[in-house]
Amino acid sequence: MERDSAMKNAFVKTFNNFKQSFPIIIGILLLLGLAITAVPKEFYAAIFTGNKFIDPALGALLGSVLAGNPLTSYVLGGEFLKQGVSLLAVTAFILAWVTVGMIQLPAESLMLGKRFAIVRNAVSFLMAIAIAVLTIVTLSII
Amino acid sequence: MINKVLEKISGKWIFLAVIAAAYLVAVAVDINLAKSALWEFVFLFEKIIPVLALVFALMFLFNLFLDSQKIIKLVGESAGVKGWFIAVAGGILLSGPIYMWYPLLSDLKEKGMRDGFMAAFLYNRAVKIPMLPLMVYYFGLKFTVILTFYMILFSIINGVFVEKLLRLKSK
Repeated sequence: MERDSAMKNAFVKTFNNFKQSFPIIIGILLLLGLAITAVPKEFYAAIFTGNKFIDPALGALLGSVLAGNPLTSYVLGGEFLKQGVSLLAVTAFILAWVTVGMIQLPAESLMLGKRFAIVRNAVSFLMAIAIAVLTIVTLSII
Repeated sequence: MINKVLEKISGKWIFLAVIAAAYLVAVAVDINLAKSALWEFVFLFEKIIPVLALVFALMFLFNLFLDSQKIIKLVGESAGVKGWFIAVAGGILLSGPIYMWYPLLSDLKEKGMRDGFMAAFLYNRAVKIPMLPLMVYYFGLKFTVILTFYMILFSIINGVFVEKLLRLKSK
């Protein structure tokens, strides 16, 4: 009897928490749908300048504002490499794609706190560039 | 007056209303674009249904078996190395898009989860084991191993930095 009551309480609590999150999840998915459809893929590669210092930052910036399945970032990254974009910039791009989320930022702010969301995304953005540099340096040594 | 109305409406509904307005603009500008965007939304929604079910099940189990005291012990202020391990392993092993885990983290935060552990968990959502073969295909094995190693290592550094910066700001 006590067990049933505990299960019912846990279910009601979970359901209520989920109900609260639902508009936010639907909002993110709608926003992703619009972002994925509105921006043609050819537009992305045109952003890079060929400058080895500016391109990693541009890669991280592009990865931060875009979102979607990581596989898409690998495919795009592969295309960028073919078009002559540096591996450093592509690494920053794929890292920021999965660790920074400008599209999700409003939702992250609402659910985990505005300060947490801003600080976490800012730190992740800088780390995308730092890890990209470290990865390329390590690759050149090993 | 409008401020009072806005205060009563929760942020999540304002967020949804702004996106709905963007869709209305899209309909006005290019109806085919709006239709494609809606189809993309349906496609994305279908894909996340299994993850939604997993998140619901985990939240239910956490609510059933873990009270605030247990959460604090596992991932609270004094959790230490064990807390980092749980955050890193959880982030790597649990599947689905990053935003699907906000409800669970929000719940755990209310019960006492540390900001650093939340940040490390979210950072490790980047380490997707099922996607690693695809990364190897596109960028090579050496690149994948090095990048994955740095991502896991930096997830902890990310957590520490986020926590320190948040504490610095609140002082």
